[in-house]
Amino acid sequence: MNVVSPVMANVWKVLVLEAQSVDAGEPLMVLESMKMEIPIEASAAGQVRLFVIEGDVVDEGAMLAIIETT
Amino acid sequence: MNTGQDGRPIRRVLIANRGEIARRVIRTCQRLGIQTVAVYSSADAQTPHVQEADLAIEIGPPPAAESYLDTERVLAAAVDSGADAIHPGYGFLSENPEFARRTEARGLTWIGPSADTMLLVADKGQARIEMDRVGVPVSRGCVVQADPDPELIAEEVGLPLIVKACAGGGGIGMQVVTELGSIAEAVDRVRTFGERFFGNPGVLVERYLPSAKHIEVQVLGYHDGTVAILGERECSVQRRYQKVIEEAPSPRLDAGVRKMLYESAQRGAEAIGYQGAGTFEFLVSGRDVAFLEVNARIQVEHPVTELTTGIDIVEQQLHVASRGSVGRRLNVSAEVFPHALELRLYAEDPNTFFPSPGVLERFRVPNWEGVRLEAAYSEGNVVSQYYDPLLAKICVSGASREEAIQTALEVIDATEVKGLKTNLPFLRQVLMHESFVAGNYDVGIVSQMKNST
Repeated sequence: MNVVSPVMANVWKVLVLEAQSVDAGEPLMVLESMKMEIPIEASAAGQVRLFVIEGDVVDEGAMLAIIETT
Repeated sequence: MNTGQDGRPIRRVLIANRGEIARRVIRTCQRLGIQTVAVYSSADAQTPHVQEADLAIEIGPPPAAESYLDTERVLAAAVDSGADAIHPGYGFLSENPEFARRTEARGLTWIGPSADTMLLVADKGQARIEMDRVGVPVSRGCVVQADPDPELIAEEVGLPLIVKACAGGGGIGMQVVTELGSIAEAVDRVRTFGERFFGNPGVLVERYLPSAKHIEVQVLGYHDGTVAILGERECSVQRRYQKVIEEAPSPRLDAGVRKMLYESAQRGAEAIGYQGAGTFEFLVSGRDVAFLEVNARIQVEHPVTELTTGIDIVEQQLHVASRGSVGRRLNVSAEVFPHALELRLYAEDPNTFFPSPGVLERFRVPNWEGVRLEAAYSEGNVVSQYYDPLLAKICVSGASREEAIQTALEVIDATEVKGLKTNLPFLRQVLMHESFVAGNYDVGIVSQMKNST
């Protein structure tokens, strides 16, 4: 399951570790755009593969993470 | 020009800010014959404030922490450019006492309230105690110590209540609590938040008034200790605790309540020896008035006060900071209108209020009589995700409130923005909303609009 950025933003905080198991709805990271915090949650339960690190700048639609559902 | 013995002449001002407020300060400086120095991050190289200043200095990369918030770079730019004063605008370093101290320590004039004043009002808990002490009405509430007793808080303050980080601002670090069982958790969360983001674990709990008006009073404290009141602004149209439309005067405000607001702001400002431009914010519910906080800076919405008083607030800031050397005290320099509105044009989705950075491909606002535009960007500029979403303030004045609203609606219809989403349709909806038209709206207006669609 792909997790993409809803807006051009900075990756402010990453709240999970690479390969961590998460539940659906669990917060993965917080983006920041135009002084607004945008929480990003896991769309499904599974293992996280991260595509960004804190401080990255991402475009709208950019891949943030993949949740590998088993 | 009056250069009194105590005066501190100001000949060249560095503006430690960007966007519309930097341009606003430049405009008054130019009128008064003062040179201006702009600073900018690499993201803002093409924006108008850089072109309009006499001198412009790049101070770093786009993230604010490495440019507009980097005190050392800003101070170095001021010294290198030969500026003799710093105007901080709003946001960024404007309420940073340490920056004000360092500015003065380098022999430059700080255009704003003293560092001590900023320190006092930056802590909402401390400000509340001080205002209460001098007789300014405050709501039921208290500063909460570690391990609070929720039952005692609920009894003292009442429900619903709002938990605030003492050092919070801009609507950040606040949580409304409606039941006893959630108090402890909310206090904990706000305390952690305040500690992490503002370096201050202080927590304040106050009675929450769901249907109150947010009304603020503009004060100008002079270097001789006197305080002038420039009327009120009605700021109840808010999303995420941030203002969207402001107006002056506040419609349908009871004359007795208005008098109480002015007297409270005056008493509060005099008690703390306030110097410069400042705002006392209050919640008003019926005849009840409760002090919220003091903003020790020029505010975004200052134009509605200027339009209804004819007084240039930036000129007054320069006058106080220069101890009378620059400008004239309470100088009425512009036309005075009975009513004024400010619409904040944001780069955001008009329904979700989700940010919408992008390229401003087209940007036209009609330049009609009675319309004052304060724009952060010009056509072709990139509106980046690094800064707040304010594209422009559309300020409209009129011989009556009805006339100002009508003009505002016509301006909205004639405004063209392409390349990113804006809240123009939302601004139109507010101006047409029954309670806005009637002038009896409160801070609940936006959620009422959202619930009825």
